[in-house]
Amino acid sequence: MTAPGVAERLTSLVGALRAHGMRIGTGETVDAAQAVAELGLTDRELLREGLAATLLHGPAQRQVFDPVFDLYFPRGIGAPETGPADRDDLRDRLAAALAADDLALLGRLAAEAVDGFGGYGTAPGSDGWSSYQTLERLRPQTLFARVRDDVRATSGGSGFTDRLLDDEIRRRIEAFRQQVAAEARRRVAERRDRDQLARRAVATTPDRVDFLYAGKDRLAELRRTVQPLARKLATRLAARRRRAARGSIDLRRTLRSSLSTGGVPMKPVLRRRRPVRPELVLLCDVSGSVSGFSDFTMLLVQALHDQFSKVRVFAFVNRIDEVTGLLEHGAADAEGLSARIRAEATLTGWHGSSDYGVALGEFAERYGEAVGPRTTVFVLGDARTNMSDPNLAAVRHIGERARRVYWLNPEPRAQWGTGDSAAPEYAELVEMHECRNARQLGALVGRLLPV
Amino acid sequence: MTGAVNKRLDSRPGTAAHLEAPLFTSVDDVSARLAATGYLASPAVATTVFLADRLGKPLLVEGPAGVGKTELAKAVAEVAGARLVRLQCYEGVDESRALYEWNHAKQLLRISAGRDETWDETRTDIFSEEFLLTRPLLTAIRGDEPKVLLIDETDKADVEVEGLLLEVLSDFQVTVPELGTITATRRPFVVLTSNASRELSEALRRRCLFLHIGFPDEELERRIVRLKVPGLDEALATSVVRVVGALRAMDLRKVPSVAETIDWARTLLALGADTLQETVVRETLGVLLKHQDDVLKAAAKLDLDAV
Repeated sequence: MTAPGVAERLTSLVGALRAHGMRIGTGETVDAAQAVAELGLTDRELLREGLAATLLHGPAQRQVFDPVFDLYFPRGIGAPETGPADRDDLRDRLAAALAADDLALLGRLAAEAVDGFGGYGTAPGSDGWSSYQTLERLRPQTLFARVRDDVRATSGGSGFTDRLLDDEIRRRIEAFRQQVAAEARRRVAERRDRDQLARRAVATTPDRVDFLYAGKDRLAELRRTVQPLARKLATRLAARRRRAARGSIDLRRTLRSSLSTGGVPMKPVLRRRRPVRPELVLLCDVSGSVSGFSDFTMLLVQALHDQFSKVRVFAFVNRIDEVTGLLEHGAADAEGLSARIRAEATLTGWHGSSDYGVALGEFAERYGEAVGPRTTVFVLGDARTNMSDPNLAAVRHIGERARRVYWLNPEPRAQWGTGDSAAPEYAELVEMHECRNARQLGALVGRLLPV
Repeated sequence: MTGAVNKRLDSRPGTAAHLEAPLFTSVDDVSARLAATGYLASPAVATTVFLADRLGKPLLVEGPAGVGKTELAKAVAEVAGARLVRLQCYEGVDESRALYEWNHAKQLLRISAGRDETWDETRTDIFSEEFLLTRPLLTAIRGDEPKVLLIDETDKADVEVEGLLLEVLSDFQVTVPELGTITATRRPFVVLTSNASRELSEALRRRCLFLHIGFPDEELERRIVRLKVPGLDEALATSVVRVVGALRAMDLRKVPSVAETIDWARTLLALGADTLQETVVRETLGVLLKHQDDVLKAAAKLDLDAV
C-alpha cells in the first residue's frame, strides 16, 4: 500500500523511538502505516499528528517524538533555495518575522541562518552544522528591543496587555532558537547516520533524566511533574490500602467462631486493622552534588503529605536541621526551595562538604524521638562521606527504633563503593535502592511507602 | 442450554462490522463539519478524529480539565447524526453498571406466571432478550443506527473495569454467558477520556489512538472565544487570550483552561468592560485562577499591585 521507502523509514523511526524507551508494538507500526496510507505524504504536519496518534501512548513521549520525526521526515533536503544570506539583511527580516509572530516564516529564516552561518569544517567527515555557532553569529536575543519597538509602533501600545509583550517576545525568540537547533540537526543527519543521531542527539523524556546530571532546565521541567506524579501515587497508595484492609485471616478467632457450627469454619474471620496512618521521616542530603534529587523527592513527599499522619523532613550537609516548616511554606515556590533551606537552616559546621557520619549521629542524638515504631525513615543521598567515619552505629540505632529504614541512592549501582562512597557499608544495615531518575523514584515510592 | 447459545441478538450473525461508509472524506472535512457544530478543532484533533474513523479504532483523549474532551465526543455525535451513548466512570463502576444486567424481578414474575411449563421452557425464556437490561457498553454495539460511545473519565474506574473494556474495544463484542457472544453489526465511534489521575494500562492504550488535547494556540483560542462569546469586541478578545497565555507560562498550581478563558470573557462582557484595565483584571482574576496563592503570584507578576 505504501511505497517501500516509506515503510523502511517508518520502521527505522519506530526503532529510534524504541531506543528512547517507548514500548511500541508491531500492531501500532501497522496502524501507523495505515495512517500514512490514509493521510498521504502531501501535508507534513498532518502526517506528524497521524503518526503521533498511532504510535504514542502518553503526552510525555511527544517531546521526544517531535525531533525524531523531524529527522526521519525532514521539511526538505539540502540547503534552502535562496542564496547565501547577508547577516544584517537576515537580522532585519528576522526582526520583522518576530514582530509579526509568523512561525512558518521563522522556520524558513532558521533554515537560511543555519545554511549561512552554521557550517564548520571543510573536509568530509569532520564538517557539520552547528546551531550554537549559528546563534552566536546571529544573536537573535539582541533584536529584543527592536522587535518590541516595532510591535508597539504598529499596535500603538494598547494599555494593559502592553506589559505582557516582553515575555511574549522572549518566547518567540526561544521558539526561533529551537527551530535553528532542529534545522541544524536535520542538516547533520544528511551527512551522518540518521539512526545514530536520533538516538543520541534527541533529549529523552524528563522522567528518564539522571538526577545527578540534570541541568537547571531539566530540573525545572521535572518539578512540574511533581503534582501529577503525586496524584498517581496517591491513587496507587489508596488501592494498596484498600487491598490491605481486606486483610488476612485471623486463625484464632476463626476457630473460635467455628465452634458454633460444630468445628466447621463456615465464615472466616479477618484480622482487624487498626486505622493508623503511618509516619514518615525524610533525611535529605542537600549538598551540591545531590541537591537536585533531594529537592525533587522532598517536593514529592510534601505533595503526598495528606497520605500520612505526620511527615517530618530533615536536611543535612554535615549538620542536620529540621526543614518541615520551610516545605509547607514553599508549596507554591518550588524553585527557591533549596536556596531557602540553605539560608534558614543550620546545615554546615566548620566546613562545607557533606559528612554523613556526623549528620546521622547528630540526628540520632537530637531528634531521636522523631523515630518510633510507626515511623518509616527514608535517607536520600549518595553516601559519599568525604573519607570521614560513616558512623554505622548511628544508622543501626535509627534502624532499631524505626519500623523500616530505606536508603535511596541517586548513583548508579555500579558506582557504589568507588572512591569515598560508603554505600556498601550502609547497604548492609538498611535496604538501599538505586534511584537515578523520576521514573525509578515513582516506582520505588509507590512500592516502599507504608500504607 | 444449547438452544440459546447460538442465538444472536442481532440479525446478521458472523458479518464483519465496519461495513458502513466512513464519516469523513478528509481531514479538512472533519474540521469544517466540527466547526459547523460549534467545535473548533486544532489540526491535531481533526487528524486524529479522521484516523479514528478510518482505522475503526477507539480514540483515547487525554488533557487538562476544561479543554473540551467531552465536547469533542458530543460534536462528533452531532456531525454523524449518531446517538451519544455515555458511560460515566467512577470508583466502583462494575459490570452490571457498564455492560448488562438481568432483570431479576421480571424473571421472577415470569417464573411464577408460567406454572404449567416445564423447567426447560422457562429457563430458555427467562434468559432471553426481554429480560436483559442493557447498559451503555452493550447498548452501543447493538442495533443498526450509528452511535458514538463516550466512556468518560476512564481513569476514575477501577483497574478491573479496564479488563472489561478490552473485549468491547478490540473486537466490538460482548459475551453474555446465557446468550452467547453479541457482535456489533455497526461499529460505534468510541471516545475515551481521561484526566490521567491514574496511569491507564498499556493493554488499553494499545487498542486506542492516542490524542492529547493541550491548550490551543493563540489564534485558535481567539476564534473559540469569539465563537462562544459573540458579543465580545475583537480587540478585547485578543487581549483576553494574551493575558491567559501569559498566565499559562507562569509556574502556577492550576493554570487557566479554555473553559476559564470563556468564563472570563463572559464576565468581562457582563461587566461591560471594553478594554482591559488594571482594576477590572484585579477584581476578576478569581474567575481564571482557583487558588489563592496563584492569584497572589499572578497579581505580582502582572504588576497589578503597583497601582
